Amino acid sequence: MGVDLDRLSFGIDGTMILRDVSVSVQTGSVTGLLGPNGAGKSTLLRLIAGIDTADSGTVTLDDVSIGSLSRRDAARRIALLEQNAAPSVELTVLEVVLLGRIPHRTTLMGSFSGEADRAVAFDALAAVGAASLSDRSWHTLSGGQQQRVQIARAMAQQPSLLLLDEPTNHLDVSAQLSLLGQVRDLGVTAIMALHDLNLAAAYCDRILLLDGGRLVAAGTPDEVLTPEIIGAVYGVDCFILEHPRGGHPVIVYSAAAVAAGNS
Amino acid sequence: MGENLSRRRYLSWLVAATATLILGCLVAVTIGPAAVSLTQVAASIGAHLGIPTDAPVPILVDSIVWQLRLPRVLTAALVGAGLALSGAVMQSVTRNPLADPYLLGLSSGASVGAVCVVILGIGFALPVAAFLGALLALVATLSIARVGGTITPVRAVLAGLAIAQLAGALTSFIIFWAAKGDSYREILNWLLGSVAGATWSSVAIAATAVAVVGTGILLSATRLDAFAFGDTSAASLGINVNRTRWALLASVALLTGAMVAVSGSIGFVGLILPHLVRGISGPGHRRLLPLVAVAGAVFLVVADTLARTVFDPRELPVGIITAFIGVPVFIVLIKRKKSHLWA
Repeated sequence: MGVDLDRLSFGIDGTMILRDVSVSVQTGSVTGLLGPNGAGKSTLLRLIAGIDTADSGTVTLDDVSIGSLSRRDAARRIALLEQNAAPSVELTVLEVVLLGRIPHRTTLMGSFSGEADRAVAFDALAAVGAASLSDRSWHTLSGGQQQRVQIARAMAQQPSLLLLDEPTNHLDVSAQLSLLGQVRDLGVTAIMALHDLNLAAAYCDRILLLDGGRLVAAGTPDEVLTPEIIGAVYGVDCFILEHPRGGHPVIVYSAAAVAAGNS
Repeated sequence: MGENLSRRRYLSWLVAATATLILGCLVAVTIGPAAVSLTQVAASIGAHLGIPTDAPVPILVDSIVWQLRLPRVLTAALVGAGLALSGAVMQSVTRNPLADPYLLGLSSGASVGAVCVVILGIGFALPVAAFLGALLALVATLSIARVGGTITPVRAVLAGLAIAQLAGALTSFIIFWAAKGDSYREILNWLLGSVAGATWSSVAIAATAVAVVGTGILLSATRLDAFAFGDTSAASLGINVNRTRWALLASVALLTGAMVAVSGSIGFVGLILPHLVRGISGPGHRRLLPLVAVAGAVFLVVADTLARTVFDPRELPVGIITAFIGVPVFIVLIKRKKSHLWA
């Protein structure tokens, strides 16, 4: 699903979180949303998902404005994974994944999920390599397993657009790599907020860089992840190398801050 | 596969619980100072429902069954079902395992409404006043708990505690200021909870509320499921979070108001039963809700039967019994459950 953002602005209690963000995301691409803490990454994902409404500007999904969709219709197209979500009751993995079928059920009698829903849920679990976990209790899973099950839940929603808010948070290196690899393999248009520039460089087709609520750079990892841009946004000194196998940029940081100017 | 087996297991639980409820109600009607046999109970009910019986029931027995005990037992069953449903819904929409009508100030608010009406001597307005009191308390609790657009479980409990205390003080003040003679006893019943004065009109109020609100809640089972991971997750699953939450909470206020109007504020049913039943039904609401309603009904019928027999001829308010049973059960649940629910 193609996503077009046009001059998107959003504020909370007079504080501007996002200003004039305009960008287009291609169908089937994986986009990394980067930026320092408080740059507006999570807010932008919520606006794209239609959970919050922009003060001005528009979000258009394949020529349909998000504002014209009902919550349910939006949920049939877009799945959003928030950071560090935990259930308030004891749920099994299968029950968590079945939650993803909710937008596809009928409103009135939809409580009665059928075999079709279960088949979709099992396929989604298999797609993230978690089929064997289906009967496990959510709370007994490791962080990496929980994130994989969350992705399966999102896939059970059968979305055309997958939004992920720092999906690799708190995961070990191997779990981070396999999770992002799985997101790529799903083949769905994905936009994910990330903190790790190297992961973004390795797994994303395009990078959007936010700073102070503004989109300061957009393009391929090679175009966006340069020492100048990274220095300006994050205030760190770095070198860019080429990955020996993948050819994508690898960022190597220097210890001292650019701003201090005394390295 | 496993799903089908456990579905059968769930259905057998539901059937067993319903059978227990029906049998329990009939047995409860036989228990009391005047001896009544199960056959007489059945014959009396049958006669009133227009089913001809061979052995006519003595008129005194008939009036004990039909006028005194049956309305009381049915009211207890309906109130138990209503409170358990209310608790299950509140725990889900506030994502708080401690939520029940009592803890979030609903029952206390309803009591204020009820006591006002009793003092003013306009008893017919009781259900309406109790509902308004419950709704007002709910709005107050949730407005206090709502900071920056979100309601956290801890804030909801703290706000509910404050509102419940305020409502309790208000109730005591109204009694202190205005009550005399008979109204004291009536008011005490509301504060501690009792179905002793239940009549067929109590049954009608409770049954209407449980049937109407209960149906609405059952039809919302999927939406309740969607709240498991919180508001954002519910919204991303297509739920209109604010509208759904307020609609469900208003329904619960209505249900609780009706329950308080006929029985006062009975604690612990709404808190304990959902936790116990989730262990059998799982957390999915389309299974949890029917079973929790039946289990709540059984629980309160048993508690009320104990309330009127243990210290015979004196009668305990049933709220004391539910607390005596509920607190130990609650302690066991705290000890047994893994810490993530209580952290």
